[in-house]
Amino acid sequence: MSTPIDVATTVKVVAAKATADAKDEVTLIANKWKMKRGSLIMALHDLQSRVGYVPRESAMRLGHQMGVPLARIYEVVTFYNYFKLEAPGKYVISVCLGTACHIKGSAGLLAGMEKELKVRVGQSTPDKEYHLQAVRCLGCCGLAPLVSVNGKVYGKLNTMDSCYVIERIQEDKPMALAQEEAVAE
Amino acid sequence: MKSEELEVKAAAEIAKQQAFDVRLVCCSSTGCQSSGASAILAGLKAEIKTKQLEDKVQVCGTGCMGLCSKGPLVRMISKTQKEVLFSDMKPEMVAAVVDQVVVPVLTGTKIERPRGDLEHHSLDLDDPFFTMQYRVVLENNGRTDPEKIEDYFAHGGYQGLKRSLTMSAEEICKELQVSGLRGRGGAGFPTGMKWDLTRKVQSDVKYVICNGDEGDPGAFMDRSVLEGDPHAVIEGMLIAARAMNATHGIFYIRAEYPLAVERVEKALRQARVAGLVGRNVLDSGWSFDFEIRLGAGAFVCGEETALIASIEGKRGTPRPRPPFPAVKGLWNQPSCVNNVETLANVPRILRRGAKWFASRGTEKSKGTKVFALTGKIKNNGLVEVPMGITLREIVEVIGGGTGTDRTIKAIQTGGPSGGMIPEHQFDTPMCYEHLQQLGSMMGSGGLIVIDDRDSVVELARFYLDFCVDESCGKCAPCRIGGPQMLHLLIKIVDGKGTAEDIRTIRKVAKAMQKASLCALGQTAPNPTLSALHHFELEFTERLLPAATPQV
Repeated sequence: MSTPIDVATTVKVVAAKATADAKDEVTLIANKWKMKRGSLIMALHDLQSRVGYVPRESAMRLGHQMGVPLARIYEVVTFYNYFKLEAPGKYVISVCLGTACHIKGSAGLLAGMEKELKVRVGQSTPDKEYHLQAVRCLGCCGLAPLVSVNGKVYGKLNTMDSCYVIERIQEDKPMALAQEEAVAE
Repeated sequence: MKSEELEVKAAAEIAKQQAFDVRLVCCSSTGCQSSGASAILAGLKAEIKTKQLEDKVQVCGTGCMGLCSKGPLVRMISKTQKEVLFSDMKPEMVAAVVDQVVVPVLTGTKIERPRGDLEHHSLDLDDPFFTMQYRVVLENNGRTDPEKIEDYFAHGGYQGLKRSLTMSAEEICKELQVSGLRGRGGAGFPTGMKWDLTRKVQSDVKYVICNGDEGDPGAFMDRSVLEGDPHAVIEGMLIAARAMNATHGIFYIRAEYPLAVERVEKALRQARVAGLVGRNVLDSGWSFDFEIRLGAGAFVCGEETALIASIEGKRGTPRPRPPFPAVKGLWNQPSCVNNVETLANVPRILRRGAKWFASRGTEKSKGTKVFALTGKIKNNGLVEVPMGITLREIVEVIGGGTGTDRTIKAIQTGGPSGGMIPEHQFDTPMCYEHLQQLGSMMGSGGLIVIDDRDSVVELARFYLDFCVDESCGKCAPCRIGGPQMLHLLIKIVDGKGTAEDIRTIRKVAKAMQKASLCALGQTAPNPTLSALHHFELEFTERLLPAATPQV
């Protein structure tokens, strides 16, 4: 029998640690970029690549330390497609909707994914395991239609392949960039 | 490094490569990597090591070879025989490649087409896909290791920069004008003239910006060049900087292309160590350095004033021109924005001369163009061809047709800003002017092939939807006109449209073309208009039956 674990406490401890780490990360990022003109987007990229999204609290701290009003940060974050305001799921599934993929039936693939995961595009599953999003073009048009999961590309699919992709994810377990870095460190 | 040392380093690298009898290069671009190229490269290295062939066979990664759909690709280059190109490589095939091909070749047997299982995994290099291409921009892609500056030296790298250091800024601009090179990002403005305009503006600070924000969905030549030959782009920017007396260089690259960013970062580090970037370039007393800025997913940032706003850390919204960036660009200083492919042409022009470059192409469109051939086509991938080649040659001969029993209906060139070209106009030579006459444009070079089963109405809706989504919202014609057009187009797609709707679409389109602030809004109606022009029947077929008079 496995030892009982106090899940609630563990979650709290992990969350508190994550917040503390994020604070330090924000300071590091702000220090790296604040002396460079026009570097807000670069700082936001750094933040998102580490945390996975741009949390409001971090955005406030970043703005404070870089001398950028929060409104300016939100103006930028909401303008560009790349930035996320909410924590995505563990596996971010990006279905490419570029032209080459479109011609080869990516709309059907996306619909299949929505059905399979029971979420709409732009949403995460309730268990935060999967996040489904549509992207414009990943530049691998020769392999259309394709899906990228946490940066790993699954190409030459067909419109009925949504099940297959999810099976492959469970098999390959592609790691998020932020996690990979954390492991490396 | 002194400029004479360039040749010494190149000669040393050539000698080193000559010492190997066989060179195995494995594509290490995003396309092939996602098909598992990393495992193939590692497998080949391990196999060569186990067989103790390390002093005879060199194994390295390389840039995109073009045929992404058949990846991972491995090329065998040997001193004694024709090259062999392996396709669809699987890790379990590595041993067979070494045993059945590499080892016999090392012992003097000629193997032009491998037999057995490998036969289906080797491509015929006499196929028009290979023989009809002419590679200038992609000359190193698929041959050199993009992560090794010495390999670039061995292929004439930085010789163009060396020559430019002996020329005046005016002479370099003149050379570019003679070459006839035009911007490869889409609009086709003469590069030499653009440089000359920036050169003439007096300022202590000037910027050269590389536009690597390849937003056109369906085009990936800039990614391939940045990943496969980053030094060529760096060298092109250095020469551009000399030509305009620029002081700072900036790479603006899409965040969606992490490998391209990594390769450029690495190449810049190597170039700095070699004394080609940074202080006292090639011991000439001239200093120049670069910064990298990432895009964040906004199609409008391909427009130069929007791109500049994005580098300044703001929303990427365009502003009215004039003043042009050549006068007031980044941080209000003179700036010149050039596309990746344009910049990659520059070192070759300086190295081989303007006349050599101008000897290919048509009267007004010189040199070559890289196209991303995708959609319903047999040979999917990147091709580089001389300007002036016909569309038919590209799709039917190089592309090999649809590869199915379907027939080709049309080709979309120029992405969301371009237009559709129907099959009966495929004999038009590819050049900036002709494509414009056909109601399309060169664009960045995406060629999307659609067959007789694809609906052009649906494709027009797809492109318009893209432009509406990507509109920055600054000016009314684009912000309001786009959604109006889209609304009507969806009505037609759903079979609820009327003839009046088609007339309204044409009217709104005209207003957008005339009144939008930037190229995004001005060109957003193009796919719809060209579809209407060439395939009006497909639209009218979907209309509601003529409304019965109301009682």
